[in-house]
Amino acid sequence: MINRVVKNAEEAIKDITDNMTLLVGGFGLCGIPENCIAALVKKNVKGLTCISNNAGVDDFGLGLLLQTKQIKKMISSYVGENAEFERQMLSGELEVELIPQGTLATRCLAAGYGMPVIYTPAGVGTEVAIGKEVRKFKFNGEEKDYLMEHAFEADFAIVKAWKGDTAGNLIFRSTARNFNPMMAMAGKITIAEVEELVEVGQLDPDQIHTPGIYVHRIFQGEKYEKRIEQVTVRKK
Amino acid sequence: MLDKNGIAKRIAREVKDGMYVNLGIGIPTLVANYIPEGVNVVLQSENGILGMGPFPYEGEEDADLINAGKQTVTLLPGSSIFDSAMSFGMIRGQKVNLTILGAMEVSENGDIANWKIPGKMVKGMGGAMDLVASAKNIIVAMQHVNKAGESKLLPKCDLPLTGVKCVKKIVTELAVLDIINEGGFRLLERAPGVSIEQIKNATAGKLIIEGEIPEMVI
Repeated sequence: MINRVVKNAEEAIKDITDNMTLLVGGFGLCGIPENCIAALVKKNVKGLTCISNNAGVDDFGLGLLLQTKQIKKMISSYVGENAEFERQMLSGELEVELIPQGTLATRCLAAGYGMPVIYTPAGVGTEVAIGKEVRKFKFNGEEKDYLMEHAFEADFAIVKAWKGDTAGNLIFRSTARNFNPMMAMAGKITIAEVEELVEVGQLDPDQIHTPGIYVHRIFQGEKYEKRIEQVTVRKK
Repeated sequence: MLDKNGIAKRIAREVKDGMYVNLGIGIPTLVANYIPEGVNVVLQSENGILGMGPFPYEGEEDADLINAGKQTVTLLPGSSIFDSAMSFGMIRGQKVNLTILGAMEVSENGDIANWKIPGKMVKGMGGAMDLVASAKNIIVAMQHVNKAGESKLLPKCDLPLTGVKCVKKIVTELAVLDIINEGGFRLLERAPGVSIEQIKNATAGKLIIEGEIPEMVI
């Protein structure tokens, strides 16, 4: 087996430099690569383009990289919960491209599957379609318009998994899976941080979500905060 | 006139046994509370759940288990978890039978606007554009008029669109209406105590009234 293990987040991100494009896994604050984000803040790389479903909150997740003004452009589907984000966006410091969530997921998938474009009905007839090729296809007994969308091309993908082995095989837990598997497939170089790193042979091959071929660097993260954005409960 | 829970209750009657249902944020989320006993449905959350359950008991919340609104939830027996690409795959592939979502405006040909107000902070469309572009069966839950008292049922949407010709049915505090192929809001039911006149006054788009309009049963 090929050993994919690196020491820690600092080593994993050592060749991420200014103006690179990063795919960052997670949905809200769920399943985000906390250790790598902290290491990027410390390294202070600038001018990053981040492709991630959301942009974190003011003091957590990608919000940490916004505070330090390291992000030049965000490509996301929903950026609600972040005041600093709003300030930078309205002042023009931060470029923002909003795209439909399914389009975001599928553009990752296309990259991972080696396909340059997809056609999706999402956004047809809206401002999302401006400047894009529209084609009519007959499919499922219905003729309708589809938008051509390109596979993402990113320098690095940074994902978070529950368990991983030294060969880079990954298992995600619950809805912390979200965008992580397809982003792992889409990076030119993919970094995975995991809560528990085990030796090869300790994960059941039938349970692997992301095969190690997609993961170039893996390490066991530390001190996961796993902050919850909205705690909603009922009484017993 | 209905309150938010009344709208949710009325929509719950559209939910049939055996459906896979996606509920949007706001009034649609309340629909889950009113699904009649004996009607078995599976709730889809587009971040990757089929079989979403209620909020967890205090102290049992799990940071790894949230819904599309980023709230902590639980899983019901028989539930499954999947990635975001598969989630939108089952939406695009029309496996999800019913989509219920809110709107700022709906036009008489079924266009919907619910993601952007120019000049205000734009948060994004999330999964709404994917849902409305592919779902066969879309019910909109919303107020008939906006805060300024202006109709949200229009000849043509003023706000940036989320999707075109996709809304099939609308439930408001005043009425149940469907959108007919030739264009127009066809009045199906009145909310308790609401007159046809009130509905006419609150509807800017083409309103079609055929025969006697019954009062809603909730």
